[in-house]
Amino acid sequence: MEIFILYKAILVLVVFAISLGVAAYSTYGERKVAAFMQDRVGPDRAGPFGMLQPLADGLKMFMKEEIIPTVSNKFLFVLGPSLAMLTALMTGVVIPWGGDITIGNMVFPLQITDINIGILYIFGVVSFGVYGIMIGGWASNNKYSMLGALRASSQMISYEIAMGLAIVALVMTTGTLSLREIVTQQSGNWVNFIYQPLGCLIFIICAFAETNRAPFDLPECETELVGGYHTEYSSMKLGFYLFAEYINMFISSAIIMSLYFGGYNLPFQNYIAPYIDGNILSILQFGCFFTKVLFGIFFFMWIRWTIPRFRYDQLMNLGWKVLIPLAIFNILITGVLMYALGKV
Amino acid sequence: MMQLTNRKRVVVKKEMSLAEKLYLPAITDGMVITLKHLFKKPTTVKYPEVKRELSATFRGQHVLKRDEQGAERCTACGLCAVACPAEAITMEAAERKKGEEHLYREEKYATIYEINMLRCIFCGLCEEACPKEAIFLTDRIVPVDVNRKDMVYGKDKLVEDIQNRVDVSKRQTAAVLEFKKDKKHFHNQTWDDIQKQIKPKKHH
Amino acid sequence: MLLSQYIFLFLSFVAIISALMLVLDKNPVHSVLYLIITFFAIAGHYLLLNAQFLAVVHIIVYAGAIMVLFLYVIMMLNLNKDIEPHKKNIPKVAAAVAAGLLLLSLTALVNGAEVNMLPAARNSNIGLMDNLGKTLFKEYMLPFEISSILFLSAMVGAVFLSKKEIH
Repeated sequence: MEIFILYKAILVLVVFAISLGVAAYSTYGERKVAAFMQDRVGPDRAGPFGMLQPLADGLKMFMKEEIIPTVSNKFLFVLGPSLAMLTALMTGVVIPWGGDITIGNMVFPLQITDINIGILYIFGVVSFGVYGIMIGGWASNNKYSMLGALRASSQMISYEIAMGLAIVALVMTTGTLSLREIVTQQSGNWVNFIYQPLGCLIFIICAFAETNRAPFDLPECETELVGGYHTEYSSMKLGFYLFAEYINMFISSAIIMSLYFGGYNLPFQNYIAPYIDGNILSILQFGCFFTKVLFGIFFFMWIRWTIPRFRYDQLMNLGWKVLIPLAIFNILITGVLMYALGKV
Repeated sequence: MMQLTNRKRVVVKKEMSLAEKLYLPAITDGMVITLKHLFKKPTTVKYPEVKRELSATFRGQHVLKRDEQGAERCTACGLCAVACPAEAITMEAAERKKGEEHLYREEKYATIYEINMLRCIFCGLCEEACPKEAIFLTDRIVPVDVNRKDMVYGKDKLVEDIQNRVDVSKRQTAAVLEFKKDKKHFHNQTWDDIQKQIKPKKHH
Repeated sequence: MLLSQYIFLFLSFVAIISALMLVLDKNPVHSVLYLIITFFAIAGHYLLLNAQFLAVVHIIVYAGAIMVLFLYVIMMLNLNKDIEPHKKNIPKVAAAVAAGLLLLSLTALVNGAEVNMLPAARNSNIGLMDNLGKTLFKEYMLPFEISSILFLSAMVGAVFLSKKEIH
């Protein structure tokens, strides 16, 4: 029991550290990818190839003057970015990072907790993430912050619906809400993307909107709509908001990969698995999953530096008039096909 | 109106087809383009290590030339200050005293000569106006500074160092070089030419 | 005492305190935030009863969606002390009487209830999703569908009200 708790504590710390590390290097990756796509070099001064750039950025954020508007509610003002960070980090708990590792007769799964309603848990946390933005925008006591917060939160709750409906179709085919179960179902089988191409597309689009990434980055487009909800923020509190966005990107990429692209399963795993040790397989699986997730992050960036931003009415039209009907249609088609193929 | 080119195109707002309305083909097209650029060579010039080649007529930081003997050529006539469209140049003149001939070429010289580098637009009109071939713009880049005061360059920064001469011969056009051969004009004469002119006078 | 009992006490404490603060705080935005804390505490109670689905749905629907809309309205209306009209005493007395009666009936209800129901609920799997779904769609099919029609009609009504009249 004690070993179990210790193991879980270590795993939590590791996932925490990986999330933060990946988020930090995503900022670097973002700038590098942007630079290469625009035929530039990108940051290359801090350390070899600019590898220390995230540290320099972090240091800059810490050293900057911290400004709290005098009339704003100080507690809520600090609570906003803290909530954004908290909800971003909480989602990583249910993601299966790899198979089991067996030492002696003890089995250590590479997942912090496998609750049987994993997907719903993610939804709960994501829906709570809106508060970080709303509270921050309101506590700034600035009308532009407030408008930015309203803009951001209405976008997030609009796309949450389509996202949920896209998931419903997936849950119909898999018959479970546990992420680990969904991933194991895909081993030695077609990945869920084959069964749910439309649902996958809708889910990815909504994931972009939920993480406030381009082309849905209206909540924080600095150039056109002031700064959005974090106009009044400075120093590390601003850093928290920006950092939370990158963690969200990492986590949502992990969720997309788990749900639709086989999760931690290696390609042709059934042919490889009998020849190698279980623990090595698990480590290979973790590596495979990590590669997939990094590709997912790259995909996020790739889209960002390709597509221009939506206008707000286009954003809302897409969410309510296109994605939600499409998602409902997807559920219908899935149901009909499952009935026709006798899977019910 | 007469048509000058055949590049004119009438803009038509046509109904979009289904494929266009989906936007996905357009998005994938765009993504292919950005992916192609990912593997292109960056066009960045990494400045302090690699310097872009400057044009032969690049106009950078000014120099106040000395002649072959090391005397300052500037005579503080003020033509450069008058010519300057940005009014960046100011100076104060003084008369050369006996025994200072090796320091100042002309009988009048500039005690103070200042160029405000924040005002200067590096147009090169001062260089054109100068009758004494004293001021030239060079290919040196004016370094940045954090306060305005230090951006006003005095004689300490402008007059060339005797040990470390600034070569401006490339900046002089063929016409100027041709003109310089005409020894009628005093400022075209070298030190030796002047000595030759003085010696017969002494015999007289 | 068991660990779950400590957790129960803690959650109850949080729920009651934040519910009181919800009523007592003058700032409407703070009230909404206290209400969200109350919801979380109640979701914790559901978890203690092994009703994970109910707990998460409670958070998604109430804390995640409805309270966001509440917050929206409050932020947009920009309520504060200066604008709030001074209320007369009669509604206050009426509200106090109504709340007192509600409290009375609730205490009577709790007093009359059988106490040994709780441990049974804790050990059963009735709150898990499989059972919940089957119960809802088999035994309680009709009430479930009727309530969904109720929601639909409310939605249609909202759309109808928000639509501009075309002349």
